[in-house]
Amino acid sequence: MDWEVILSDALRSGIGPIAAVYALAAIGLNLHFGYTGLLNFGQIGFMLVGAYGVAASVSTFGLSLWVGVLIGLGSSVILALLLGLPTLRLRAEYLAIATIAAGEILRLFYRSSWAEPVTGGVFGLQQFADEFFDINPIPRDQYGFWLVNYSSRDLWVLLVAWGLVALFAGVMALMVHSPWGRVIRSIREDEDAVRSLGKSVYAYKMQSLVFGGAIGSLAGMMLAIQNQSVNPDTYNPVETFFLYTLLVLGGAGRMLGPVIGSILFWAILSFFDSALRQAISAGYISSDVLSAAEIGAARFALVGLGLMLLMIFRPQGIFGSRREMLLDVR
Amino acid sequence: MSDNPISTALAKVEREPGVRKPDPLLVVDGVTRTFGGLTAVHVDTLEVQRGTITALIGPNGAGKTTLFNVISGFDRADTGHWTFDGQELTGRAAHRVARRGLVRTFQLTKTLSKLTVLENMKLAARHQRGERMGLSMLWPVWRGQERGIVRRADELLERFRLSHMRDEYAGTLSGGQRKLLEMARALMVEPTMIMLDEPMAGVNPALTQSLLEHITALRDEGMTVCFVEHDMDVVMGISDWVVCMAEGSIVAEGPPQSVAKNPAVIDAYLGRQHDEPENEG
Ligand SMILES: Nc1ncnc2c1ncn2[C@@H]1O[C@H](COP(=O)(O)OP(=O)(O)OP(=O)(O)O)[C@@H](O)[C@H]1O
Ligand SMILES: [Mg+2]
Repeated sequence: MDWEVILSDALRSGIGPIAAVYALAAIGLNLHFGYTGLLNFGQIGFMLVGAYGVAASVSTFGLSLWVGVLIGLGSSVILALLLGLPTLRLRAEYLAIATIAAGEILRLFYRSSWAEPVTGGVFGLQQFADEFFDINPIPRDQYGFWLVNYSSRDLWVLLVAWGLVALFAGVMALMVHSPWGRVIRSIREDEDAVRSLGKSVYAYKMQSLVFGGAIGSLAGMMLAIQNQSVNPDTYNPVETFFLYTLLVLGGAGRMLGPVIGSILFWAILSFFDSALRQAISAGYISSDVLSAAEIGAARFALVGLGLMLLMIFRPQGIFGSRREMLLDVR
Repeated sequence: MSDNPISTALAKVEREPGVRKPDPLLVVDGVTRTFGGLTAVHVDTLEVQRGTITALIGPNGAGKTTLFNVISGFDRADTGHWTFDGQELTGRAAHRVARRGLVRTFQLTKTLSKLTVLENMKLAARHQRGERMGLSMLWPVWRGQERGIVRRADELLERFRLSHMRDEYAGTLSGGQRKLLEMARALMVEPTMIMLDEPMAGVNPALTQSLLEHITALRDEGMTVCFVEHDMDVVMGISDWVVCMAEGSIVAEGPPQSVAKNPAVIDAYLGRQHDEPENEG
């Protein structure tokens, strides 16, 4: 087994573009779930409308990529309003049901033959992000350290993706520690207390849903742009649960929870993947027990096991505060 | 409470259920609330005189909390309407009722455990510009205002003897301290009328006396107070007016001494076995 390869694989994933995209989407979800207490099970739906907002604007309608970004953001606001207006006055479960359904309906709708003229149906859309790569200021070369190497194109994607993560983590830190954030955090704990003090809980929940959803749509755009491709089946409802997994791992309701959570989640996943692969080829694991084709499933089982251990030994997540969590029990 | 101007104003008022007051702040008309077959509230008329301390008494299940919930927008009425300071309040959402100046506390306290005591207080302040999402990031816009809010919060915490807990999580407070915090927090809203649902339940007896003095002081500053209480000594001690509910309706009202002797009140309490104050965690 070559541990250097295994560890460098883990590192590459942990700081890779996908980890950045998931960190960004999880920052939005952290506002919903971690701070406001909204059960949004359809963050992937916000990512989808963002991604297709960009892709369809350019590929189908011939607009500029930057107009596409605005359209993607606009779509996410509309989606948030459609989901929130009827449900946010009701009990928390209603938003949960509406969002989980919306995520799947959107995917089926965007891949349907009816929507194909705009969305490309099951084939998706490709090559719409040239404008993004045209403004890459990084000179053409190979960059990297140790066994981790990047082209200037990769580096540009990483720079922008992690830049967005840093920007929104910062914005979120400011907002959560403001009087607005105080109201939001109070709503998570007891809506009625907040109402009795003259705050419109409904309006605050709506703001949270819209803003967190818009951040999710930016993550979707980033995912589409770095692949130069969108496909409806990328936006599976299960992705939202990966977001929850990494959020709980890092610590929900914590500033760095989604960022560290995403880095670790992808690093660990890749670590298991690489380690299992090497163990099989080195003959440590017999191919009767686990074949190379089953690695994908096996690593998720290991992540699940890891999460269970985390819940047992550190239920508040890596960054969570145990003291704060114990207050729930009282 | 025999020779202050408030008692004089109420002296000429008849001692019968639903009687009109000379200067009512809150007027309730024909409010009913049923749960399935159970009529929890059926109040024909209830007026609360401005600037008084009005006690709402009655055995368990009389409908006191339900009446509070309806008036404050936390529950809906089946029929009836009510006005506050001359303005229609019927069916208004809870946060609008509070903004109009009618703030209530809860029988089961609703302090926010994961916020500090001070944050609980700051949350209740009105007109904080930083509570708007668009301005929340621009701390220079709201920082000055925040300082004023903290000053006011500290004064109230001092008054309610919670200063030493200022920076602790509210979840670490005792049941009685939570009652105090909830009341102090309600005052941060600067209400014209405050409705307290069993404010003394679980409060340390040594503190009860000072709490009573606070309530009296609030009244003397011009605030209208309406509170639910089971402890008759408390009721007799500070109320200007007492309203007694039983099985959803108002069965008696009048100055404390007259209500204590009223046969309808004695019936209401003896009909069910009850005279202990409610206890809770
Ligand atoms: N949400 C509800 N659903 C069904 N019944 C209810 C509900 N809320 C209150 N009730 C019933 O309405 C009646 C009045 O209850 P309420 O809580 O108003 O009484 P209360 O006077 O505040 O009593 P206590 O002194 O015990 O606090 C009770 O019989 C109660 O069981
Ligand atoms: Mg009650």
